[in-house]
Amino acid sequence: MESGYHIVVCGSLVPDPLQTLEPDVGPKGPALKNEMVLPSVLDPWAAHALYEAAHLAKEYAGSKVWLVSVGPKQRLQQLMMTVAQKAPFSFVPVDGSASGFCDPFETATALANAIGAIPDLDRSRLLLFGGYASASRDAGVTLQVVGEMLGITEVFLAVDSLSVSENGEISLLERVEGGNYLFSECDCPPLVVGWATGHLPEPPNNPQIGMANMRSIMPALQKAPQVQVGAEGVSFAKVELPQQQRTTRIVKDVPVEQIAGEIVAWIRG
Amino acid sequence: MGPDLEKGTENPVDRLNLDVDIACVGFGPAMGGFLTTLAREMEQASGEPHVQSTVLPGMPLQVVCYERADDVNFGVSGLVTEARAIRNTFPDMNPSEIPLAHPVSEERIVYLLDPHGASRRSLGLRIADSAIRGLRWVLPYRRSALELPFIPPFLKKHGGLVMSIGQFMQWVSNQVSSSGMVQIWPGTPVGEPILEGKQVVGVRIADQGVQKDGTPDVGYMPGMDVRARLTVVGDGPVGAVGQRLDEQFGLPEGHHQHDWAVGMKVVVSLPDHCDLVPGTVLHTLGYPEPEIFGFLYVHPERIASLGIFVPSTLASPVRTVYRYLQHWMLHPYLWHHLEGGTLRSWGAKTLQESGRLGEPYLAGDGYARIGEGSGSTNVLTGSGVDEAWMTGVLLAEGVIDLLKKGEPFTQANLEAAYTNRRRKSWVETGSRKAQHARDGFRKGFVTGVLGMAVSGLTRGALNLKTRSAHPREGIPDLNQYYRDRISSEELQRIREECAKNAIPLHDALMTRAGWPEIPLDGKLLISQQDALLLGGKVQAAPGFADHVMFVDPAVCEQCGTRLCIEACSAQAIAPSPSGGTPEFDREKCIHCGACIWNCTQPRPGDRERGNIRFYAGAGGLHSAEN
Repeated sequence: MESGYHIVVCGSLVPDPLQTLEPDVGPKGPALKNEMVLPSVLDPWAAHALYEAAHLAKEYAGSKVWLVSVGPKQRLQQLMMTVAQKAPFSFVPVDGSASGFCDPFETATALANAIGAIPDLDRSRLLLFGGYASASRDAGVTLQVVGEMLGITEVFLAVDSLSVSENGEISLLERVEGGNYLFSECDCPPLVVGWATGHLPEPPNNPQIGMANMRSIMPALQKAPQVQVGAEGVSFAKVELPQQQRTTRIVKDVPVEQIAGEIVAWIRG
Repeated sequence: MGPDLEKGTENPVDRLNLDVDIACVGFGPAMGGFLTTLAREMEQASGEPHVQSTVLPGMPLQVVCYERADDVNFGVSGLVTEARAIRNTFPDMNPSEIPLAHPVSEERIVYLLDPHGASRRSLGLRIADSAIRGLRWVLPYRRSALELPFIPPFLKKHGGLVMSIGQFMQWVSNQVSSSGMVQIWPGTPVGEPILEGKQVVGVRIADQGVQKDGTPDVGYMPGMDVRARLTVVGDGPVGAVGQRLDEQFGLPEGHHQHDWAVGMKVVVSLPDHCDLVPGTVLHTLGYPEPEIFGFLYVHPERIASLGIFVPSTLASPVRTVYRYLQHWMLHPYLWHHLEGGTLRSWGAKTLQESGRLGEPYLAGDGYARIGEGSGSTNVLTGSGVDEAWMTGVLLAEGVIDLLKKGEPFTQANLEAAYTNRRRKSWVETGSRKAQHARDGFRKGFVTGVLGMAVSGLTRGALNLKTRSAHPREGIPDLNQYYRDRISSEELQRIREECAKNAIPLHDALMTRAGWPEIPLDGKLLISQQDALLLGGKVQAAPGFADHVMFVDPAVCEQCGTRLCIEACSAQAIAPSPSGGTPEFDREKCIHCGACIWNCTQPRPGDRERGNIRFYAGAGGLHSAEN
């Protein structure tokens, strides 16, 4: 019997943190102003999922990791330059919008179709990973729908820890209210795991991994199918960002209590 | 760990190796030209014997390019270019496909007078300014500025392009990467070249998972040794690999790298009332100090790039850039267009202004150098991107020749295939004409402008040559510099106050010397720290060592000038509360490299270099609009 897990990570690009985002309504619906000019990164939540997947795959021989992404092909190509040195994976790109205004059901359909088309994917060993939230939309919804479409009934969200016992049982810690964890045990895959932040740091760039990954990434990008995942037919009454009031002060080594005190004072006005 | 720290350790680090055919360092315009040309040849001849890999037989040539910045589009340049070489590479290029690109539509050169009387102007210049003001009714004089009635041919960019270097490099990377022939890896700083005798046999990636001082930490991964038949060095004027090669091999006889500048820019959403049309190119001189040049280029969609160059010939011990940039924007001639605008992006970079005289050895055993760090900038026309691109193309052509012939990348072969090509190119012809064009600025602004005009109008036949000297030699001490404006007692008081608050001196001194306070508006006129966050989006991933190191703390202790603090574009170098060696904050650094040439203290045993070492580090600007 083959061992190890088949881990599929769903995740795509979002604007690089600290970028100034301006929503705009164009002819094709809501979008970000100058979206093509904005640099992008792998959604930090999905990135945690990818690092956890790579870590798990390294621990369990025979495991394999796929990264499945719906995003504009050209942007995904550039994204791979910053991601592909981090962990070994096979890339499954789908050419479509990664905007925050996509319909989760359509995105989930595209993802589920792409996952379903992965050759040799063993569903009895499948762990479906992703971020339980996202920097651009509520990925938890999308991830659950993908799981549903793939017929996976065991769904865990806001997970910070996944461990495997000697007999193969999978234990998970899910974040719940009040800063507590819900502890769950699961006999075996398939599972859907929507990661919170996990505990792993960002892996260093490894040129060997990058070179090996890139050999399959470019052919995959060339074959990426196109999909429509926009919210066609939906009219958006209003699109706006929360109002920000910015006061910058850069300080170092300030005690947590003092920072908290200043925030409380600011809230109280 | 910095390269020097490892030498002599009892337990050398066990590093992994990666074998490739060609390892490239730095993804700028020169590397864009190199990789585009090489990838096209590889695509056309895919499977043919002459471009097969020797490290992976049967596979195409293995070409990797490592870039320090976190993405391929985080470069900085005030970019208007004739695009001669770029268009030659992409004859069908449509500027509208590249965000922020637009053909040049209108050009102006403007002499800015000082509306505040705060800048340091020579007597001759003050007389000239008075004459201009007196004749303002008959001259093209507007809002304290004189629009020059003609543009010297050597400064014309008509037919060229206004671009964002970030967006252009992103476009180029897409073209190159989609071929599948070349791998480009941003976020991967290269620590140093690997030398075996005089041969470069590859590069060493910077260590990851280390503390600030380079000692291993959680997730330690020693930088990998990437071994290559050919190492292409295009890491710019302050790149770590280029610097190490210069230290190792020196410069050719008669060459020097004494002339530098910091270029600092902002990208602005222009206000509704601004009537500047896309493609407008505006160059300024004369203000905020006579030696400081400025530029404003208008992109499509009411966006403009604008900024200033503060050269090493500005002999000020508080050679700041950010505050000068704000005064420049506030000049009535420019503020008329900018008032109400919003800052979108900000950044800075060092420019190597010695041009061809700063050229290092272009090729050696196993390596070749291209781009600005190879002395390709034309200092007369102020053009660098197109020239850099061309050097990359020329090297690629030479490399293809050698690959086809199956010849090794020895110094002799590379000189025949690349250096000779470059000598016969328009890059060389232009840079030879330009090589003394800016010499006059060492003697002052008026002499500099005259010298430039003479060199330009005679196409380099006549030049106003002056002796070159390390930038530190022209820097007076504070008392001397401010002797006619601030008493030594007050200077001492300001110094003590700034030291107590661990802040640079320049703001306090400029205000005291007559510069008006900047009326911060929260949109375009913002604090320098806000510019880092709102404009540069500066970030620094953990796990890398500090890339700015003070070589000998004792030298810093006795330094009275501390110009590194004043000139730091991002306030990343700050006074130490204890008053000793300055403190460096990697999280603010934008890797402009100004600290290298602004250090006024010679390095022990090497007077050509300062007491600051600049290694390769990850992070920095995260704006793709610069």
